Amino acid sequence: MTVPTQPPATPDLLYSQDEEDLRSAVRALLADRADAPTVIAATESDTPYDPRLWEALATGIGAAGLLVPEKLGGQGASHREAAVVLEELGRSVAPAPYLTSSVVATETLLALAGGEDGPAAALLRELASGARTAVLAVPFATPPAGADAALTSRDGTVRGIADAAAADVLLVPTPKGLYAVGAAAPGVAVEPLVPLDLTRPLATLTLSGATGTLLADAVTSATAVRRGLLAGAGLLASEQLGIAEWCLAETVRYTRERHQFNRPVGSFQSLKHRMAQLWLEVVSARAAARNAADALATDSPDAPLAVAVAQAYCSGVAVHAAEECVQLHGGIGMTWEHPAHLYLKRAKADSVAYGSAGSHREAVAELAELPAP
Amino acid sequence: MSPAVDATEVRRRTHELLAAHPPATTGRTDFLKARFDAGLAWVHYPEGLGGLDAPRSLQQVVDAELAAADAPDNDPRRIGIGLGMAAPTILGFGTDEQKRRFLRPLWVGEEVWCQLFSEPGAGSDLAALATRAVQGDDGDWTVDGQKVWTSSAHVARWAILIARTDPDLPKHRGISYFICDMTDPGVDVRPLRQITGEAEFNEVFLSGVRIPDSHRLGPVGEGWKVAQTTLMNERVSIGGSRIPREGGMIGPVSTTWRERPGLRTHDTHQRLLTLWVEAEVARLTGERLRQQLVAGQPGPEGSGMKLAFARLNQEISGLEVELLGDEGLLYGDWTMVRPELVDFTGRDAGYRYLRSKGNSIEGGTSEVLLNIVAERVLGLPAEPRNDKDVAWKDLSR
Repeated sequence: MTVPTQPPATPDLLYSQDEEDLRSAVRALLADRADAPTVIAATESDTPYDPRLWEALATGIGAAGLLVPEKLGGQGASHREAAVVLEELGRSVAPAPYLTSSVVATETLLALAGGEDGPAAALLRELASGARTAVLAVPFATPPAGADAALTSRDGTVRGIADAAAADVLLVPTPKGLYAVGAAAPGVAVEPLVPLDLTRPLATLTLSGATGTLLADAVTSATAVRRGLLAGAGLLASEQLGIAEWCLAETVRYTRERHQFNRPVGSFQSLKHRMAQLWLEVVSARAAARNAADALATDSPDAPLAVAVAQAYCSGVAVHAAEECVQLHGGIGMTWEHPAHLYLKRAKADSVAYGSAGSHREAVAELAELPAP
Repeated sequence: MSPAVDATEVRRRTHELLAAHPPATTGRTDFLKARFDAGLAWVHYPEGLGGLDAPRSLQQVVDAELAAADAPDNDPRRIGIGLGMAAPTILGFGTDEQKRRFLRPLWVGEEVWCQLFSEPGAGSDLAALATRAVQGDDGDWTVDGQKVWTSSAHVARWAILIARTDPDLPKHRGISYFICDMTDPGVDVRPLRQITGEAEFNEVFLSGVRIPDSHRLGPVGEGWKVAQTTLMNERVSIGGSRIPREGGMIGPVSTTWRERPGLRTHDTHQRLLTLWVEAEVARLTGERLRQQLVAGQPGPEGSGMKLAFARLNQEISGLEVELLGDEGLLYGDWTMVRPELVDFTGRDAGYRYLRSKGNSIEGGTSEVLLNIVAERVLGLPAEPRNDKDVAWKDLSR
């Protein structure tokens, strides 16, 4: 008789009062600076990022340093708090390099274990303060287990890096180890791409004879990159939860008000059942996302499985909620003016980011000992 | 009213009970009666009725202490309807006399309860029920009608019963709630064989059943309101317990997958992984609900859990039959039996597949539960209705 591996401890799946306070602060800021018309207008400009929003979020609220210990200038909080920030960012789809810089790049640097001195620590201090941003130079679609394949030499091209155009520093994994390369350094070219999701720009990085700072050896770097991507995938689930929540709430609000056949369309059972089903998925996604955040925060040995489960589940929930949002809004949901398309594009792009649901199910197959034929 | 009861006090009282009635040398029923009288049966119930007026969360302190001392429990699975539905209704609406008479033997398990609600013509539309209760000159009631899907009716001493007392009123307003004596000669219990071959449930025919007016729960005509308490507790009790990873229907199929590589195919692998993830997420959702209840922040998630488990149980057991191939074509035993306990994951894959079809019907169909979520949780408007203000006797049937 085989026995499944049980989680080592019962995770805390609730929100603390501090987490709720953080949520209120972030939500108020986003309501103030990133309402739907503002976000739509920003995506049509050359610079979708709002520097004042980033300063208020990263520095004012201190969100950029949540994962960073206080001795390195951060808040000394955890993935649980960062997950709450991402729920709110998902709910607003505001362009901000939080997931890429404050989670993935930051977690990668933290995993290098370079102590309080040295170039990694210096960069962490800058990221934690919100003064600079950095991104890991791997394609946005890279799953945690695929990190090795993303290694490049210091000459070459990496396509589809999220938030690279706004980054001050690029963390470039190479066969020698991880390099920090300044975005403005000679031999560095960052070319924007036309992304499906305009709220999270993608770019191609081309390095030709660029110089940078080697942060760690190849073995340490590879482990750190996997850890960074694991945290990114795990907390992406919270962003997906926020997307799904907004889509459901907005759809419920609209179908209560919209009248056809002399009654609110939300009173038709065929629509109600679809929204009730979405509610159940959102409730379930919250449990999966909290579990992943808590496992990362407590450095649980269950974290890889918790992250794989959360990604395998929440990707589909966000896409389903956004697709239902468009459909149940009818014609207005197909317009550029209505924000539903922002959520659909973000949700669909997120379902590819850091590995598709299918690639995370493959991880589950290995971690839960359910091998392929 | 005793001074504030906290965890320390509850623990002290539990130790006192164990000292006065050592489980090793005390009969099971005697121990349970003593536990009830010590207020440690359900600590959130009132003093004198098996409780201490304490917060519900303290019950786990009592249960942990008693389990550590190897004390007998009241076999809650055998008396689930009494504990989960009859008791909260009696507590909420019963007279002092009714509470004193019924709660102790109910909790101890000396008297099993069943529920006479559903009828052949009143399933999802329960308020349309046609079983009649007519009051005689002496004030007592005579009941005639037919009930269905009654588990435990063949072993029950008492039933909670709703019946129509005024057919001239709209359907929700002409119902009253009774406690029915299952030993009355007018009660005829017949097994109802289901698609698994066995008969967990019964049909109950009521012919001239006599119920004293002192066994009415709540005012005449208020039965629908009283029944809401019962049904609310039913859904809470279905969704509430903690389960380990692979603790439900996903467990047996995962074990089969690991132990029998020859059965594996690419198609079943993809489906298994999808369902494994969904089962793990459902487990976490249940765990989160449990943590909310312990923290005193009950959410509406409970009504969703039954929906999730019904669908998962059906899909997982369906996959399992296919995975087993030749063996999936076989069935353990079609013999008609009347089990007293039901184990959804017990027996073979074919049984699990067939039994789980009931999961989306019993205790509220999935369609009705989706309506409840849509209207009560999401606040979506109700469908227009043409039955609410019409006298019951004038409704089409």
